[in-house]
Amino acid sequence: MLAPATLSKPITSVSPWAEAWRRFKRHRLAYLSLWILGALVLAVLVGPLFYKVGINDIDFQARLAGPSLKHPMGTDDLGRDILARVLYGGRISLAVGLAAMLMAITVGVIIGAIAGISRGWLDAALMWVTDLFLSLPQLPLLLLLIFLFREPLKQMFGLEVGIFILIVVVIGGFRWMPVARLVRAQFFSLREKEFVEAARALGASTSRQVVRHILPNALGPVIVAATIDVAAAIIAESTLSFLGLGFPPDIPTWGRILYDGRDYMDVAVHWALFPGLMIFITVLTINFIGDGLRDALDPRRVL
Amino acid sequence: MLNYILRRLLIAVPSVLGISVILFTVLALAPGDPFEELATNPNVPPEVRMALRAQFGLDDPIWQRYFHWLVNMLKGDWGFSFVSRIDVDQLIVQRLPVTIVVIGLSQLLALLIALPVGVLAAVKPYSWFDRIASTLAFIGFSLPTFFTGVLFILFFSIYLGWLPFVYRADISATGWQWWWEHFRQSIMPITVLGLFQAASWMRYVRSSVLDVIRLDYVTTARSKGLKESVVINKHVVRNALIPVVTLVALQMPAVFGGAIVTEQIFRIPGIGSLLIDAILRNDTPVIMAVTFVFACLVIVFNLLADVIYGWLDPRISYR
Repeated sequence: MLAPATLSKPITSVSPWAEAWRRFKRHRLAYLSLWILGALVLAVLVGPLFYKVGINDIDFQARLAGPSLKHPMGTDDLGRDILARVLYGGRISLAVGLAAMLMAITVGVIIGAIAGISRGWLDAALMWVTDLFLSLPQLPLLLLLIFLFREPLKQMFGLEVGIFILIVVVIGGFRWMPVARLVRAQFFSLREKEFVEAARALGASTSRQVVRHILPNALGPVIVAATIDVAAAIIAESTLSFLGLGFPPDIPTWGRILYDGRDYMDVAVHWALFPGLMIFITVLTINFIGDGLRDALDPRRVL
Repeated sequence: MLNYILRRLLIAVPSVLGISVILFTVLALAPGDPFEELATNPNVPPEVRMALRAQFGLDDPIWQRYFHWLVNMLKGDWGFSFVSRIDVDQLIVQRLPVTIVVIGLSQLLALLIALPVGVLAAVKPYSWFDRIASTLAFIGFSLPTFFTGVLFILFFSIYLGWLPFVYRADISATGWQWWWEHFRQSIMPITVLGLFQAASWMRYVRSSVLDVIRLDYVTTARSKGLKESVVINKHVVRNALIPVVTLVALQMPAVFGGAIVTEQIFRIPGIGSLLIDAILRNDTPVIMAVTFVFACLVIVFNLLADVIYGWLDPRISYR
């Protein structure tokens, strides 16, 4: 991850990020996925500014209508436009994915860093907790937590924000363990390296060693894990919505639209198909990007 | 070996206790009284509610309540479901076999697909077969089970009309007909779960075999003049499976998550759909019990993984 500092011949120095970008572009599927995901994110963010159909506009003439020029993704049983609802739901799904990922990464890095820098009982205790969390049945606990805390949070923060906070915290709270293990393993190997020893010899405090020297060099695998976590969080949110226990029915997330459309599959295939495809494309592209990043950020790999 | 299994069992005890502490904390932290809704439920007389409060000792200090709850769980006294009007343990005993059969068969299917495909892909890396298999695996584990389930129903039940899409527990036929009907209605749920697992296992098997196949002892085996099939099957696969078992054990919680979703899609009467029903109907004792059962299942499968681990690499069980 360090910039090449060659003594013999004066080459133009390449920053580590530019090098990583060059390597990332070599992974063609990942590069293509980046463009597709970018287009999808752009569509979800600015699409509603141009596509001016409300998510709750009812068009009784076109109930359960298939895709047409007027309704590119068709309509549901009340004649609401599915494209508008998919665009709106995309914002929620992506926001949940990103927020839950940030939560998981923050907790994971903190716990992994503490365990990795402190030897002895604290490390052992933190790893026991990590292993315990890894063997928890996640979906049942997720459902249990949402069942128990939904009402009070709804009253505290309002309907949408309350459910959003709950879902993000719960999903993020069950996904930090792999990150913590990764960071700990990185710390174990990095803290014995010469450059950290040099910093220690210069009198750097433990926190300075961690923040300035060890952590930046441990980030590669964490970035890869973060990418995969976004996809996993989107799947988790869609699963909750699909089981009817995520966001309330009037907020159309992708999983919720798919859940609602499931009962009309014999007459209106498009209703369930389009939101499902959106989830699939988003998750697939994110996974490919993660795969490309893994190749790009691993300095030992020759590309 | 027996010694090793016993040691593993002892190590599992703190895990069960830890999970029970987490479960109990979640319930205790939850705002409000878990039996609050019983007060407004006209089917539950106030005496029963007071008796329940006393049985669960809701006014005792928290650690006493925990031990009380734990002892009750261990004794098999899991409470009473007000919705189904039956003891919770009986309810779970009714529902558990279906879940175990569906999960077990889908794991078997995943193994039967992932092992040969992963090994073949690793033996000829970057060949056409490898590329197609790896891409399909990537697509496979990016497809959430709820979407594959819906697609399967769409194609096989609605479009082709080959398979029933609702699972029926009360099939009246007898003999071979009974087995055939059960087989037909189990195909889709097992395939959906199995394919999803197979996709991620195949990647594990492939990368693990790739690591092992480069080792010196494999070259030695080849230079002894052993047939390639013997080298792969006897020397490579056994060692390559060790890390795969670890990864598979780590994935067990996700498998149960997938099982809940599949049971819900195909309306299979297992404990996963029992959990969803219980949540939608606020049936607290059932929710707690099912979550606990899932936690125990995860630990049992982890134990199983440990035993397989010891069998694959005998050195581990002598440590």
